[in-house]
Amino acid sequence: MMLLSATYPDSITFVLCAIVVVGGGLGVVLSNNPVRAALNLVMTLFGVAVLFVELSADFLAVVQVIIYAGAIVVLFLFVIMLLGVDKQEKLGSEPLILQRVIAIVVGLAFLGMIIGYGWGNFNSHGSYSVIGVASGGDSGIVELAKATFSYYLLPFEVTSVLLIIAIIGAVVLIARSGPGEDEVKEDISAEIKTDGPKEGHENDVSVSEDKVDEVRSVDFTVGEEQIV
Amino acid sequence: MSVDLSYYLILAAVLFTIGLIGLLVRRNVLVMLMCVELMLNASNLTFVAFASKLKDVGGQADVFFVLVVAAAEVVVGLAIIVSIYRKRLGATADDLSSLKG
Repeated sequence: MMLLSATYPDSITFVLCAIVVVGGGLGVVLSNNPVRAALNLVMTLFGVAVLFVELSADFLAVVQVIIYAGAIVVLFLFVIMLLGVDKQEKLGSEPLILQRVIAIVVGLAFLGMIIGYGWGNFNSHGSYSVIGVASGGDSGIVELAKATFSYYLLPFEVTSVLLIIAIIGAVVLIARSGPGEDEVKEDISAEIKTDGPKEGHENDVSVSEDKVDEVRSVDFTVGEEQIV
Repeated sequence: MSVDLSYYLILAAVLFTIGLIGLLVRRNVLVMLMCVELMLNASNLTFVAFASKLKDVGGQADVFFVLVVAAAEVVVGLAIIVSIYRKRLGATADDLSSLKG
């Protein structure tokens, strides 16, 4: 199992990671349970992280695991659990009949185009080490930091602005507004307080979940009224 | 010698295509966002592969910015999904047909 000039450990690592990455990707697309799709996404992300190590980008592999698997996928799972959409979904039902066929044909055409075009040009002739030398010795963290805080300083600052915009946008989208909804919320929280935990914590949790459902249904009607 | 650049690029192209087809086929908005993450990871893999091939940390620095944009995109996307779900009690693309003619 030699991939051109690669050594056996490198080749075996690459093949295993490729299987994990592609299998995880197919799992995301084909699984009918959103929780299972998220866990398949974690598998793909770990495979990509190992490939980063193989490409001597150790720091990015760590960042990949911490941010993607540790933050983004947890956020996905949190929203799945919050909305309660973790039920089976029928993959067979498709309102638009031709849409699935056309999507697969377009996707495969894209793959064929990108591989067919690049077949003769895979070893592209870019200039070497423009931003900084990626040395193999100390995994390149020093060079990466120098590049980020000198050459990429302006984009780095812009990303901080982007993150603040994203946070504010998320808060604005999630926050409940309107006086009527606030009154409803206060009423229900008062009810929860009067009910109180009587027989331990489990009872308390079930009561509050019922109230959450009530809040959701009330919101639904209020939203409809606003639309009408 | 490590594995040739071509194999990394082919793997990234395959991963990107899986994400693309998933984005077009699936109806669940959460799964569609996960497919976008797959496509972003494919582009990250391409960046790092070229950074290793050309011995240039610029490719690795770019992956940082892709990570930040991906995090921001997921936060805003999930916020939109939650606010849609509050109004319509559904999280599939078919629930968002208000604008159809």
